[in-house]
Amino acid sequence: MEPIGVVDGVAIPYLHDDVDTDRLIPIRFLRRPLADGYGRFLLADERFDAAGAERREIVFNQPAYRDGTILLSGHNFGCGSAREGAVYAVRDYGIRVVIAAGYSDIFRMNCCWNGVLPVVLPIEAIAQLVAQVEAAPGARIRVDLPAQQVHGPDGKAYSFDIALPVKQRLMAGLDQIAGTQQLQAQIDAFERAHYARMPWVMNREA
Amino acid sequence: MSGASTLFEKIWHAHRVHTSADGDHLIYVDRNLIHEGPFYAFDGLRRAGRSVRRPRQTVAFPDHYVPTVGRERGVEAIVDADMRRMVEQLASNTAAAGIPHFGIDDRRQGIMHVAAPELGFITPGMTVTGSDSHTATHGAFGAFASGIGASQVEHVMATQTLWWQAQPRTLCVWLDGTLAPGVTAKDMALTVIATLGVSGGAGYVIEYAGSAVRALDMEGRMTLCNMSIEAGARSGMVGPDETTFAYLRDKPYAPPAAQRAQAEAVWRGFATDPGARFDREVRIDASAIAPMVTWGTRPEEALPITGRAPDPARAEAAARERLQGALAYMGLAPGQALEGLPVDRVFIGSCTNGRLQDLRAAAAVARGRRAVVPSIVVPGSRTVKAAAEAEGLHEVFLAAGFEWRDAGCSMCVASNGDSVPAGERCASTTNRNFAGRQGRGSRTHLMSPAMAAAAAITGRLTDVRTVGL
Ligand code: SF4
Repeated sequence: MEPIGVVDGVAIPYLHDDVDTDRLIPIRFLRRPLADGYGRFLLADERFDAAGAERREIVFNQPAYRDGTILLSGHNFGCGSAREGAVYAVRDYGIRVVIAAGYSDIFRMNCCWNGVLPVVLPIEAIAQLVAQVEAAPGARIRVDLPAQQVHGPDGKAYSFDIALPVKQRLMAGLDQIAGTQQLQAQIDAFERAHYARMPWVMNREA
Repeated sequence: MSGASTLFEKIWHAHRVHTSADGDHLIYVDRNLIHEGPFYAFDGLRRAGRSVRRPRQTVAFPDHYVPTVGRERGVEAIVDADMRRMVEQLASNTAAAGIPHFGIDDRRQGIMHVAAPELGFITPGMTVTGSDSHTATHGAFGAFASGIGASQVEHVMATQTLWWQAQPRTLCVWLDGTLAPGVTAKDMALTVIATLGVSGGAGYVIEYAGSAVRALDMEGRMTLCNMSIEAGARSGMVGPDETTFAYLRDKPYAPPAAQRAQAEAVWRGFATDPGARFDREVRIDASAIAPMVTWGTRPEEALPITGRAPDPARAEAAARERLQGALAYMGLAPGQALEGLPVDRVFIGSCTNGRLQDLRAAAAVARGRRAVVPSIVVPGSRTVKAAAEAEGLHEVFLAAGFEWRDAGCSMCVASNGDSVPAGERCASTTNRNFAGRQGRGSRTHLMSPAMAAAAAITGRLTDVRTVGL
């Protein structure tokens, strides 16, 4: 995955609560090969009408926000289905950072596995950022992952928390499986003791 | 560990392989369930030249893309090339990896949350991951079961472990009292979600406890745990007891007779100790629960069938706009009574309510009556279908004008092409009423199987208690 350091980009104001993953990517697109890119499926039923034409009133389709790389949203972002395609759609659309007041656990984890930074800020801070961005469409926000800060268009800084291992992995663009496999001996030892205690957990032949 | 522990804590500690210096926990995964969705995980393993570490600990079922008609033709019944590829690549990926696969032609195929437990793949004290948010279903067996994304599925298949950034907190939902006639586990689940809110369970694992939970059979417990995710929780669970052990006794993949005594002795230890502390507790009087129905586009927007849609004018200012949007989407007027609202179709099925008991409850209402709107029954698995046919339920449904289909997710998520047309109102036994969930523009009302059957025979949202049980 692509490493993240400082992202300085156009912010897309999409201030809704409970944006679920069915909405982020309608299920009919989840059977498409990932190699084709999922960006065009992001919020497809909102961005496009039934005939496939762009709906002008949606911020994503307005010229000032077209190249947005930062998404601003509300509470409980990414709730619902575990579908990782929702994060592929966000990522392939070009969004590197989501700033929301909260996430579903599964979505937040899926972000961290795919090089998308999920920042949590208080809803009041997000409302301030949205107001500034809407007052000057195309305004840029700077997200500094090493410093754990978001800088609004007016220069005001907001700090955010992120678990250190997640931060390190996002900054390095690291594959977690290789790291886990370094603990192989420990996993093997655990497994032996575990299956000795609960042998039926080991699946038998049918 | 010292002192009294909760069930969740016991499972967590029994599966912790490693804690990193940064406080990340590596948790061993006993069982991993997959459907067609996470094909990305197999692609990722191939790209990196990795293999599946313990293929027999993963179990695969095609469910999202299988058709519910024409199944005698197998995969040939799938017209759409992309859908067909989804089913075929699950078969080929699992065959190459040595993963047990209950495919489209297998008589044990079904929705993974219905078929895996009924085959005995889930037992108490296990950690279970699944490529699907409703994996919490399996917590009904006293397991810690959690839905994960495709990248995490890839990690589990490669290492048989999963990283957790923090140990989830514990929330006990007590449901005490005797359920009134016509009230089911689904009504309990909708009540819990309406009480907690759609993100009220975030960061928690819920343990359901109390006399109303103890009184549920395994199917009811699965229905209850299934919807934990709709309250934002990572998982839901019920402590194992004699009901659990009895259920597992005749299941083909459950511990064989020679291991059963040893297994049950260990399972009994997977129970919350008296005096164990939860991070949070919520109490609900189960005897006061009425048949529930959702009116809006979030699962928490549920009310007793005798209720009325909210009036945004009376709501807090902050909630007004969202309520107006939900009412408009659902085609409801402020304050409109839910009972009597005409529906266009009925769907009975899904991993929430596609089990034999659910079909029995629906058939009891449908027996000797006629559906007046298009109504389909989709058993959650082919095992359920065969069992229902063995007791003649299909004849009850067919005589009442319902369609009797084959097993899969079907109209719950519309990914196989079974969908609710735009603008139509569907009485549905599923778990999500999101805008567009059952098809673009579809309007979903969630309810129990008996309530859905009552809606089918009256063509309206109906209080099942008024049609006779
Ligand atoms: S029945 Fe519905 S909720 Fe359950 S696994 Fe299938 S699509 Fe998901």
